[in-house]
Amino acid sequence: MENLQLVLPEIFLSLSIMFLLILGVFKKNSSRLVQSLSLAVLIVTAVITFNETISINETKLFNNSIIIDYLSSLMKIITLLAAFLVLIISSNYLKTFQIFKIEYPILILSSVLGMMVMINSNDLIIFYMGLELQSLALYVLATFNRDQIKSSEAGLKYFVLSALSSGLLLYGCSLIYGFTGSTNFNVIANQLNTNEYALTFGIVFILVGLAFKISAVPFHMWAPDVYEGSPTSVTLFFTMVPKIAALTVFIRFLYVPFLNLIDQWQMILIFLSIASMLFGAIAAIGQTNLKRLVAYSSIGHVGYSLAGVATGTNDGIQSSIIYITIYVLMNLGLFSCLLMLKRDNQYYEKIDDLSGLSKNHPMLAISFLIILFSLAGIPPLAGFFAKFYVFKAVIEQSMYFLAIVGLLSTVVAAFYYLRLIKIMYFDKEKEKYDTDHGFWLKFSLTASTLLILIYFIFPSQLIEVVSRINII
Amino acid sequence: MNFPILSSLILLPSIGALFLFFTKSNKKNNFTIKYVALFTSAVNFFLSIYLWILFDSSTSEFQFVEERIWIKDFINYKVGVDGISILFILLTTFITPLCILSVNNSIKERLSEFLIAVLIMESFMIGVFCSLDLVIFYLFFEAGLIPMFLIIGIWGGSRRVYSAFKFFLYTLLGSVLMLVAIITIYWLNGTTDVVKLYNSGIDIKYQNLLWLAFFSSFAVKTPMWPVHTWLPDAHVEAPTAGSVLLAAILLKMAGYGFIRFSLGLFPSASEIFTPLIYTLSVIAIIFTSFIALMQEDMKKLIAYSSVAHMGYVTLGIFTIQQQGIEGSIIQMISHGLVSAALFLCVGVVYDRMHSRLINTYGGIVSIIPKYSILFMLFTLAALGLPGTSGFVGEFLILMGAFKDNFLVAVIASLGVIIGAAYMLWLYKRVVFGKLINTDLKQMLDLNRSELFILSCLAVPTLFFGFYPDPLINTIEVSISDLIDQYNFKLASKT
Repeated sequence: MENLQLVLPEIFLSLSIMFLLILGVFKKNSSRLVQSLSLAVLIVTAVITFNETISINETKLFNNSIIIDYLSSLMKIITLLAAFLVLIISSNYLKTFQIFKIEYPILILSSVLGMMVMINSNDLIIFYMGLELQSLALYVLATFNRDQIKSSEAGLKYFVLSALSSGLLLYGCSLIYGFTGSTNFNVIANQLNTNEYALTFGIVFILVGLAFKISAVPFHMWAPDVYEGSPTSVTLFFTMVPKIAALTVFIRFLYVPFLNLIDQWQMILIFLSIASMLFGAIAAIGQTNLKRLVAYSSIGHVGYSLAGVATGTNDGIQSSIIYITIYVLMNLGLFSCLLMLKRDNQYYEKIDDLSGLSKNHPMLAISFLIILFSLAGIPPLAGFFAKFYVFKAVIEQSMYFLAIVGLLSTVVAAFYYLRLIKIMYFDKEKEKYDTDHGFWLKFSLTASTLLILIYFIFPSQLIEVVSRINII
Repeated sequence: MNFPILSSLILLPSIGALFLFFTKSNKKNNFTIKYVALFTSAVNFFLSIYLWILFDSSTSEFQFVEERIWIKDFINYKVGVDGISILFILLTTFITPLCILSVNNSIKERLSEFLIAVLIMESFMIGVFCSLDLVIFYLFFEAGLIPMFLIIGIWGGSRRVYSAFKFFLYTLLGSVLMLVAIITIYWLNGTTDVVKLYNSGIDIKYQNLLWLAFFSSFAVKTPMWPVHTWLPDAHVEAPTAGSVLLAAILLKMAGYGFIRFSLGLFPSASEIFTPLIYTLSVIAIIFTSFIALMQEDMKKLIAYSSVAHMGYVTLGIFTIQQQGIEGSIIQMISHGLVSAALFLCVGVVYDRMHSRLINTYGGIVSIIPKYSILFMLFTLAALGLPGTSGFVGEFLILMGAFKDNFLVAVIASLGVIIGAAYMLWLYKRVVFGKLINTDLKQMLDLNRSELFILSCLAVPTLFFGFYPDPLINTIEVSISDLIDQYNFKLASKT
């Protein structure tokens, strides 16, 4: 029974969700209270995760269906912190649209719970369970601003397409179960018959499902629409948090049971990666809506982090995780900027609304500038290092084609980031935006910008954190 | 040597920039802002002079080396100078204060932001010239794009957006391949430390591809024909101070890179690709000189002449002769001074008349005589008149070229004539002739600060023209050692 201690974070989180739900129902006007409590819950869960599990060695629980190791703990902590920041900076946005309700933090908590289960999973069933829990919460979150048609449309689109991909994923699971006789990752690894081609089908189906969740090309079609339609704070959540969990599952699923089939899946991953990088870069050029643009840019960034996974080495995995961490940081800054484009209770999300921002709001503009250059991967900003580590891992495996295509697509991507900078800095100014943003919004923008800016002074810290990940 | 003089050189301008960042930019503060920036860059200049005095020119070892762990077991922050790099550092610290001094009238808006960009640019450029680690080099090399993009884009002319984008994307495209090459070198040798790589050499199988990857970056930055097209656009649209920085220092990063990395790390590949460089350089010299002849925009003409001058530089570097490489470095220094001065000269008349077209002017010699004298001096220096620094560089380069390849040297020498043609013709059309445009009569001659800046540039141009020994003494040993190393590695096939 003492092993239950290791899943204490999950248990604590589920109990808190139930408690908050009940609290919200019985206490009138408790949205502020629930919000604060949820924040506290996220922090406490992160602390528990940190204390209980980060120092222990790999442990498996419940008939080996759950795995607790350094990778899972680290990713859970990143997820929890990212969720915390999303929640804390979205309150003003929600209040503006009068959707500051108890459901919002609770839904975020439940989807975080689903992600934690995903990250812990060492079994196809558990993995699927976690995936569905997070997806269900996300469908509702996408429609959260239900009075707006776009938001409802986004949620419905997401639901239909996501359900389809879940179906494919389940089909893949059943194929794998059929050919290996188990759903447990380790058992599958032992039972693996590398000559069995039907297994490859299973892998492909599961990869399709996962690629959908992480919005990698060619399964990205939902992302721009859903990102555009959802409330901005939810879009922020979409672009950051589910990707952390999905990436972990990508790594776990490919490297634990199917490492011996690396010849089969490596090609697929390289394709996904190249397609995402190129498509993300090219399609973003024509966008006029900032949220759509961010959607395409996040597709591109997913491509880079998958490039690390495609290498089949520990270095590659570590570089992917560094990439996604820095990406989360940059995205946080980017959305903090978007959430500041507010005037008279209305949020502006057209690219042209940025014009002349540098005259009216120099500090906001300079932060935006740093974040955009970082997203474009220009040294000495953090985004460069993220790309640098990934391509270092890729080149060490002699995958030159992937590296060169990837780096060339950064040049294409640089174009649309530059276009935003151009609009901010070179164009005529428009009306001023409000400046009375909440403390946390300012805090998250300042903190993320500063971290991006001074990352180059202490680049080894993050490497040391991930260097303990050793999965092969 | 405990005092980290090179890191101070890199950091000081950034600290000044940070200072300016917290100063409010308004009309009242403008004087203070400029003073702070000027003070910072002047201190940096004296620091670099001090560096030159301490510098020991009798050895080719790297001096003032600082090494710190940066990313554990991977990259060390390592800086140091030898005879090749120290002059570029001096050039950078010399040009930047003049640049800052020259922003009197041209920059009306957002002065403090402009000076921040210039100072940060200075930091990055010094970083490029003294980094002894490939990754650190790349970091500085690329980072310079950000301030330059903003300088062109925010304070540039009417087509500034197009030019800024072209500048940024061209250079970035060239550089990403260099990044691949750097990572490959790390993968092959387990280090990116330049000194260690000099000693160990790089596997001959990979040299050609790696050389090409580095070449793609340096060729764009140099710029060599046919990837030079970003330069005229960038120059024309950039504000005067931006053009000066671009021509005087940014273009030198690639020439420096060729000497330090292409020759130093990939000798056998350099030997193979020398004909390619010769061809491109000769085309650049002849072809862009003819293009320069046809220009109606003064800035564009000088920009094309820069391409031609950089053609001599690349030609000289790849002769792998003592004179050739020495000539290239002196040519780069001289071009740094002269092109900076020429752009400033154009800036002077542009500030008064708001036109860069040659046919706006004519017959201004009697109206603004001081200007005409200084302009003539720099025109003559640009075409390489004996007694100016331009002559020393070109002469040494051609001497090296004659030793190595007679045909190339002959064609390149012809370029000198065309060079004289376009520069003198430019001068004739602007300064002499009949005064047709009556507006020109209102023009004022150089004011004190303009006179000061141009004289500052004229003194070294003439001094090193008559007496280039200080420059040659500084670089001699490093270059002869570089060539020995080169020939040794070539002979031992590594």
